[in-house]
Parts: sequence; structure tokens; C-alpha cells
Amino acid sequence: MLLGAILGIWLLGWLLFEGVATLPLGRATLTGFQTRLNELRDSFDAARDSNVFLDVVVGGIRDALDAFVVGAQDLLSQAAFPRPVPQVGWLGVVALFAWVTYALAGVRSTILVVLSLLSFGVLGYWSESIDLLIVTFTAVLIAVLVGIPLGIAMSRSRTVTAVATPVLDVMQTMPSFAYLLPLVLLFSIGPSAAVVATLIYALPPVVRITAHGLRTVAASTIEATTSMGSTRTQLLRKVQLPMAKRTIIVGVNQTIMAALSMATIAALIDGPGLGEPVIQALQTLDIGTAFVSGLCIVIMAIMLDRATTAASQRAESERRATRDPRRRRIALGAGAVLAAVAVYLSRSYLWAADPSRLPDLGRPLADVAGTATDWFTDTFSAVTGAIKDGFTYALLNPFQSLLADSPWWLVAAVLLAVAFVLGGWRPTVTTAVCLAVIFGVGLWQDTMVTLTMTLVATVMVMLLAVVFGVWMGRSKRADTAFRPLLDAGQTIPPFVYLVPALALFGTSRFTAIVAAIVYAAPVAIKLVADGIRGVSPTTVEAATSAGSSTIQVISKVQLPMARNALVLAANQGLLYVLSMVVIGGLVGGGALGYTVVSGFSQAQLFGKGLAAGIAIVALGIMLDRITQHAAARSGRR
Amino acid sequence: MSTQAPPAATVPGQDEVSARIARLDEARRNPLLHVEGLWKVFGTKSDRIIGTPDADLPRRELMAKTGCVVAVKDVSFDVAPGEVFVVMGLSGSGKSTLVRCLTRLIEPSAGQVTVAGQDITSATDAQLRELRRKHVAMVFQHFGLLPHRRVIDNVAYGLEIRGDGKAERRERAQEMVDLVGLSGNEDSYPDQLSGGMQQRVGLARALAVDPSVLLFDEPFSALDPLIRRDMQNEVIRLHHEVGKTMVFITHDLQEALKLGDRILIMRDGAMVQVGRPDEVVGAPADDYVRDFVSEVPRSHVLTLRWVMRDPRPGESLEGPVMGPDTVVKNAAHKVLASVHPARVVSGDRLLGVVDREDILRVIVAEESP
Repeated sequence: MLLGAILGIWLLGWLLFEGVATLPLGRATLTGFQTRLNELRDSFDAARDSNVFLDVVVGGIRDALDAFVVGAQDLLSQAAFPRPVPQVGWLGVVALFAWVTYALAGVRSTILVVLSLLSFGVLGYWSESIDLLIVTFTAVLIAVLVGIPLGIAMSRSRTVTAVATPVLDVMQTMPSFAYLLPLVLLFSIGPSAAVVATLIYALPPVVRITAHGLRTVAASTIEATTSMGSTRTQLLRKVQLPMAKRTIIVGVNQTIMAALSMATIAALIDGPGLGEPVIQALQTLDIGTAFVSGLCIVIMAIMLDRATTAASQRAESERRATRDPRRRRIALGAGAVLAAVAVYLSRSYLWAADPSRLPDLGRPLADVAGTATDWFTDTFSAVTGAIKDGFTYALLNPFQSLLADSPWWLVAAVLLAVAFVLGGWRPTVTTAVCLAVIFGVGLWQDTMVTLTMTLVATVMVMLLAVVFGVWMGRSKRADTAFRPLLDAGQTIPPFVYLVPALALFGTSRFTAIVAAIVYAAPVAIKLVADGIRGVSPTTVEAATSAGSSTIQVISKVQLPMARNALVLAANQGLLYVLSMVVIGGLVGGGALGYTVVSGFSQAQLFGKGLAAGIAIVALGIMLDRITQHAAARSGRR
Repeated sequence: MSTQAPPAATVPGQDEVSARIARLDEARRNPLLHVEGLWKVFGTKSDRIIGTPDADLPRRELMAKTGCVVAVKDVSFDVAPGEVFVVMGLSGSGKSTLVRCLTRLIEPSAGQVTVAGQDITSATDAQLRELRRKHVAMVFQHFGLLPHRRVIDNVAYGLEIRGDGKAERRERAQEMVDLVGLSGNEDSYPDQLSGGMQQRVGLARALAVDPSVLLFDEPFSALDPLIRRDMQNEVIRLHHEVGKTMVFITHDLQEALKLGDRILIMRDGAMVQVGRPDEVVGAPADDYVRDFVSEVPRSHVLTLRWVMRDPRPGESLEGPVMGPDTVVKNAAHKVLASVHPARVVSGDRLLGVVDREDILRVIVAEESP
């Protein structure tokens, strides 16, 4: 009711004031604030060697990370002067990875890893792939070294939890695009900035899941061992850590997957790896190349996910191994010898060192993909064009006009009113602050365009979530059919989704929206499906026995009772969509995302890009707070 | 026809029972476990309740007034060395809190607990650990086993954390595994065992440290009735073999009567009655206890002490001789078979007589409710 009234007033205001006070800003124009950010960047650059903090602390971290990454590159992926090839050639690298995988995860994973690594070589992205693995694992290593102790501390101290939780929340909800530029400010571009960005994004899962795993160790076991006189250290070492081991490895798996997805995006700040060819190909609309390098990312995601999952299952089964441990030791020893031989060969013979001597499937595959895309777009351009135009003109443009062409004060008032109606006072205050920030950084209209895309994409995501979520929640068979697909969808780094979207729809706002929908749908669908499944079967049975039709059961029982899950799905959907919509700036999404991207590429637009990053964060916090409070409210009811 | 007076101790063990009761009564002057004025109040500002009139409010009213819950209310008792002391009450009566206060798994609000002369309530953390490692061991309702360790390593856990050598603790753990009848399952993991077997592991783990006091917190409540009976017999057997002092928490009256030398009945955190099983059944302290024990087969619990009477003038005194602590059920056969009333004798003293009718009154009374 109230929402309807707000919408009515808004429409009226829009009719009266369309185009008035919309605060647009030209592409190359900078506000005073943004110019000051540019000056800030310059002063940072100037102070890099003189300021104690920047020079010693930040500089120390930067040098250490750069040295580590470059050292690993010399060893594994890049020509190590004066050698024309790395210290260890591809054969050696494959053998080393295979041995480690065999030790941690078993034979099947080893085969997968070997095939995946070989495919990187055959597809022509050997050094980029290994670079990406290096950046990913450097960040993961730090995340584990920092994250597990932090998780332990959180599980034992309320104070640490109270302090760390909001920080982790911010780290996880902030769209990754937003903190790349501030990092550049500190670390300048290059491997160290990429590692730090990856670390920020990848740290929360391992911390959270470690703390969760330790906290959920059965209270009865803790009590029993305490009653026997265990010290706190003994409790941790002998009881909690062993019992939480499997959960902690799941946390490491999540951290690895998060690190991989961020490490690809970090190519924007000159991080080494597979992100680079993808971005270049996206920007030159070279679908074939984008497809092959994107394929490498997907292969890598599957490889890492499967191998770490197998490692976590093994952690459970290994200690119960009924097989003779000696046999395993012999196999490991033999593997080590084989790996050493392979390393030796790869250092001595060029055929074992230079991956370009492998048969090249990458080029032909890229050509095929390119041709296929051309053929597809030529043949079906009428269809894809119709979808795109229909969506754009019927839904996107009117809504965007409503948001971006209304006077800023009208939109601000509407957003505040919506926040109040949905969530009460607290999110209204947050919304006011966020809107003030957006207004202050001088990117009001761009933000409104991004908001439009985010909202429209989220509506589509929720439609998908309700349809598929209800289906999966009600049918075991649908669940078993879709869930692996959704899981796979979630492990693939978001970057990759841009490739098919671009191939189908060219550069446009719609392309960014499609990528965002594809990226955000799995998590929303899963949340809704779990919510529907969680509805008490007794209630459903009672409703059915009272003669409800299927539609009535869904609409009057299951959906209302799963309301909380729906709001949560909307919350997660919004955040996922937002982070992808801005990445869509790379494929014609325009608005804030584009502004950030141009901040990377053009020095004079850096300040504007940074301002856009701030606006994205403000937008994200605003949407998150409103939906969180709405969720809390619906939970109370 | 048995008209002859048989020798005094015809039912085997009856004198032993009397002797045990006497021995425990004597030993209680020098108790192994001494609890005095123990309180536990949950809630903020709980310390402001003890000693005020508020403490005597019914639970619901106190909750409404202060937000606090009195879980244990001024409980005192002594346990003699070698005694099996059962604490019985319904859920929420505070019995589990009470047993946790004994080793400060839950910090008591007030009162004193002494084990073998050592004051627990004022012990430092290190002293408390020492006590838990060597003197008091506990068996839990939900077992609390370590799922990642084999049976033998679970049993050895207490020895491991106090720093015993590997060979030594291995040997001791194996002994305990054998003692509780788990030989052959040393290398299994807890989740490969049935509930009853898991609790045997819990028992072995507690026994391994050779404690002077064993605490049981409803150890068999999670088990099937048949297994429960097995385990109760197991505890009786073990008590026979190792003679440990035991504090046993249960909500099952049958279990309490079967195992306990004495029983403490709790209600809403307070003590209602302490006494031997026959005392609780024969002389309930109030209607609450009376209601509780009304379903108990009295002939299984009451002893001749509770059914004997003074001999009537001229009554035959040639019947069989029995001890006062003979359970009615065990005496029934002999008394019913005799034409003379049985004589209840302690030492040389005639305490009273029991005839067929006295016995039948107990047995028939429980058949017609």
C-alpha cells in the first residue's frame, strides 16, 4: 500500500520534473572532489619514497610480495634471465603439481590436475595460467596463515568476534571493483597490489568457517574433556582442531575459489595471469581469444575445486585407512623420484621446458569459437536483437528514465521512504548517509543508472529464483538435476560470464545485465530452494489434506513460510548483481563500472574512477542495509 | 515342614547388606565427598538473591521478579568412601547442575564442596585440573567421546593429557577396555559402536585415571531399555570389582533404587529427601515423594524392618530367623512356607516377627492399586 503510494508520487514528480536537476556529468569532466582525488594520487606517488609509512611499511610489504611472486614466476612460469625458459619447465611443473595433489588428494584428482595443466599448455596460455596460480596461492597462503589463527581467536573470544565480524562483513559485501583503485593508491599497480586485493577478498571465508567449525564442536565433548582436566591448549590441539579439521579445509576451499575469482579481476591493476588476455579480448571484441582464455579459467576453477574437495574428504577417510601405510609411503617416494626426474628433464631439454613446443590447439579453437559466434550472431541476430531491444525499451529504458531523469531530490526522497517502509529508522539513516556520499562524489546520475541496472537484474534473478527454487524445493529430482549445475556456476570466476554474454549481445547495458543475472541466479535459487525445503512437511501435508491445489500450497503455504529465505535471496542477489553489473563496465555496461575501468586506463580519470568506487560502495551498503533490515523484520513476524 | 529354626544367615548376603549399611554409616563420619550449603543461581546479579527472602520464592515468581533461576538451592550431603550415592529428580530439578558444580564445570554461586579433604570451591585452576585429572572422573549422558580417535585412544585421553608415558597409558587403557568388556574393539572408532558400547568406552575412559570418585550424569538415559538394564548391571559389577565411590544422577526411580546405597531426591533445585531406598519407599518425606514411589513394587524395595511387628502374646517364636535388611521379595518364599512367623534378628537381639499376612499385605497391596 505505502509502497504503491510512494511509486505514485514518484511517477507524478517524474512527469512534472523530468530532466530537471538530474546531476549528469560528462565523460571527461571532473568535479572538484574528483580532481582532488587525482592530486591525492599524485601526492601519494611523490611521497612513496619519502613518507615513512609509505616507504617502510607499505613499501616493505610491496617489495616482499613482488619478490615472492617474481621469484615464483622465475621458477615456474616466466623466462628466468639468462635462461630463455623458467628454472623449471612445463614437464617439471606438471610433475610437481601432480605429486603434491597425489599426496593431498589422491589419484583421481592427480589425473584431473595433470590433464588441466596440460590443457593450459596446449591451449597456449601456459605462463598466464601458472602466473594466475602463483598469485592465487600467494594470497591463499597468507590468508591461511592469518585466517586460521584469527578464526581460532574468534572462536574463543567474544571481543575478537565483535571486532572482526563487521570488518569481515565489509570485506565480503564490498564489490571487488571498488577497492582496486584505493589499493593502487597505496601499492601502485603490479603483482603486490593484485595479491593484496585477492587477499582482501579471499580472507573472510577461511576465518569465518574456521571459527564456525571450532564453535560447533559438540559441547558434550568439550565438557567431557574439560571434566578430565584438559588445559585450553590441550582442548584446542587434541579436541577442537581435529574435530573441526574437515570444516576448516572446506573454508580453505572457499578461500581458494574466492582468491581465483579475484586474482583474475586483479588483471585490471596489472596482476599477472589469465585475466589479462580475457580483458584484452573483451575490449577488442575478440570473442575467439576471450573464449579460449576464459575456458582456461573455467578449467582451473574446476581443477582447484575438485582437488580441494577431494583433499577435504580425504582428511576424513585417511586416518581410518585400513590399507598398509607403508604402501602409501612407497608410492609417495616413487612419485617424488619421478617428479625429480621430470624436473631434471625440464631443466635440461627444451622440449620439456618450452610449452610452445606442445601442439597448439588454442589458435584453431579460438578461430572455431570466433567463427561459430559470428555465424550464430549473423543467423540469430534477429532473435538476440529482439530480446535485447525488447528488454531495453520495454523495461530498462523507462525505469532508467524514472530513476536517472527524475530530479535528484525526488529520487533521494523516494529511496529514503522505501528504506523506512521496508526496514525502519536505522536503514533510513544509513541510506541518507550513503546518498549524501553519492551526491558528494559527484556521480549521481551514473549511480542512478547503475542502480537501475542492478534493480532490473535483481528482479529477473528473483523471478528465476522463485521459479527454480520452488521447483527444486518441491522435487527431489529437480534438485539433484540442478544443484551440481548451480554449484559449478558458483565456482566459476564472474569474469568468465562476460564472454558468452558479449558473444550473444555485443556491448550494451543489457549484456552486463545478462552476465549479472547468470552470475547471481545460482546463489539466489539455492537460498530459495533451501527455504522451500525447510518448510515443515507437516504443514504442507496438512494444507494438502485440507484440499489445497498445488498452486495454493505454493502460494499460500510454502512461499509465505519461506519468506525469510526469499528476502535473504534478494539481499544476496542484489549484492552479487551489483558487483557483476559494475564489472559489466568492461562490456558496455557504462555508468559507474565504466568510470572505474577508465580510472585504470587513463591517468587523468583516476580520481573519477576512485570516486565511482566510493559510490559503488555507498550503493552496496545502502542496498545491503535496507534488505538486511527488511529480512530481520520479516523474520520477527 | 520346616518347624526347626534354621541358622541365622540363610539368605546369602543378607548379613553382608546389614554390615555394609553399618560400615557406610560409620564411614560417613569421615566422608570422601562433602557438600555443604551449595547454591547455583543462573542469571545476572544472581549473587544478590542468596540469603534474601527472594530465594524462597517459587521458581516462576523469582523468574518474573528478578530474571534469575535457582537451579540448586542450599544442598548439603556427605558421601562415604565406597558408597553409591544417587541423585534423583525430574528434568529441571537441578540434578545435572548439581553434579557439574561438584567439579566446577559449572561455577557454584555459594557453598562448599570438599573431596578427600580438599576444598574444591576455593581451588585454583591448576589445582582444579589436578583434581579432575586424578581424583574425580565423570561419565556423560551423551558420551562426549572424541570421534577422531579410536576406542583405545579415547580411553587413554585422560592419561595422555596428564602426561603419562605412551607405553604405560596404552597398557592401562587396554586393561580398562578389557574390564568393561570391549576387548577386540580397541581400534574401532566411536561411530562404529552401538550406544551401549560407546557408553562402555565412556566408562573405561573415566576408570582409566583411577579416580577416587566417579560421577555419572544420567549415563544410560540415551540408551534403549534393554541395554540400559545391561549397563546398570555392568555398573553394579564394576562397583563390586573396583569399589569406587560413585555419585549417580538419574531421573529413573527404578535405576535409583537398583543402584543406590542412598538416594537424594531433588525438586526445583532443593533437597526433598535423603535416605536408603527402603527409607524412601517406606517413609516418603512428603506427597511429592509419595507420588513418585507409588508405582514402585514395594516388595522389591522394602526390607523386613518395614513390615515386622512386635510378637503378639503367645505367638510362636520358632519360625525361621532373618536379618532386618532382607528385602521382602527375598524373604517371601521362606515366610510363606513356614507355619510359624519368621523372626527378624539383628545379632542376638529379636527385633520383631513377620508372618504370612504381613508379607501378603505388601505383595497384594501393590497388585490392587
